[in-house]
Amino acid sequence: MVPVEKIGPKRLVVGAHYGTSEFIIQRVTAMILAIYTLVFLVGILTMSGFNYVSWKNLFTFTCFFIPMGQILATLAMISLAWHAWIGVRDIWMDYVKPVGLRLFLLVLTVLWLVGSVVYFVHILWRN
Amino acid sequence: MSDSASKPRPQFRNIGITDLMAYRLPMAGKVSILHRVSGALLFLCLPGLIALFAMSFSSEAGFNAMSTVVGFPLVKLILLVLIWGYLHHFCAGIRYLVLDMHIGVDKESAAKSASLVLGVSLALTVVFALKLFGVW
Repeated sequence: MVPVEKIGPKRLVVGAHYGTSEFIIQRVTAMILAIYTLVFLVGILTMSGFNYVSWKNLFTFTCFFIPMGQILATLAMISLAWHAWIGVRDIWMDYVKPVGLRLFLLVLTVLWLVGSVVYFVHILWRN
Repeated sequence: MSDSASKPRPQFRNIGITDLMAYRLPMAGKVSILHRVSGALLFLCLPGLIALFAMSFSSEAGFNAMSTVVGFPLVKLILLVLIWGYLHHFCAGIRYLVLDMHIGVDKESAAKSASLVLGVSLALTVVFALKLFGVW
């Protein structure tokens, strides 16, 4: 039997992590996205005219044969999906009380985000 | 003064959707709910944005097709709303990161930084709007 510590008249503390890791992940992914956004904006502002070649180069530039453009964009996309997962999860947890409906929406959210990442990565890395 | 002690403070529980319009939120509250709304909006439009990106990334012809699609006024308007959403989410997010470091947590600074976030993101949206609609 796990010892149960009682705090106050109602709340039971049973050893869950109470979302600390989600809190930290949301902030770390936010910082990654903010930095990528700024680097991307500098890239846009310094590129030679808005055309296909310079646009594609923003996502495909290499650094010593390493496809840095694709790697950074992929990392940013994964950060975005992870960040959005925590945010949207919080929205469902705040406003949707029926357990079945909440579970349905959570599953839908995961499919929506994983689908988006796969779609983006597929486009970015093909050929 | 005397009856404030005898009268119980009003309590608001289970706020209905119809009550929401009547409440006047402080600046920080407005930034907070708009942070959530803009995030949800971006989440919902993510596949659409990736589809636009797919078009632009595929080939020279695809890039031109994307330019045509973005040329429609309705698409421009939707894009502008999403640009506002991104900018607001970005600015408000930085405000939260600063608040997390216990900077500007008192009432006055929090209200001031909230107004700043609303103002800066709207001003940047105007810059993007001018660019998007080809005024400049």
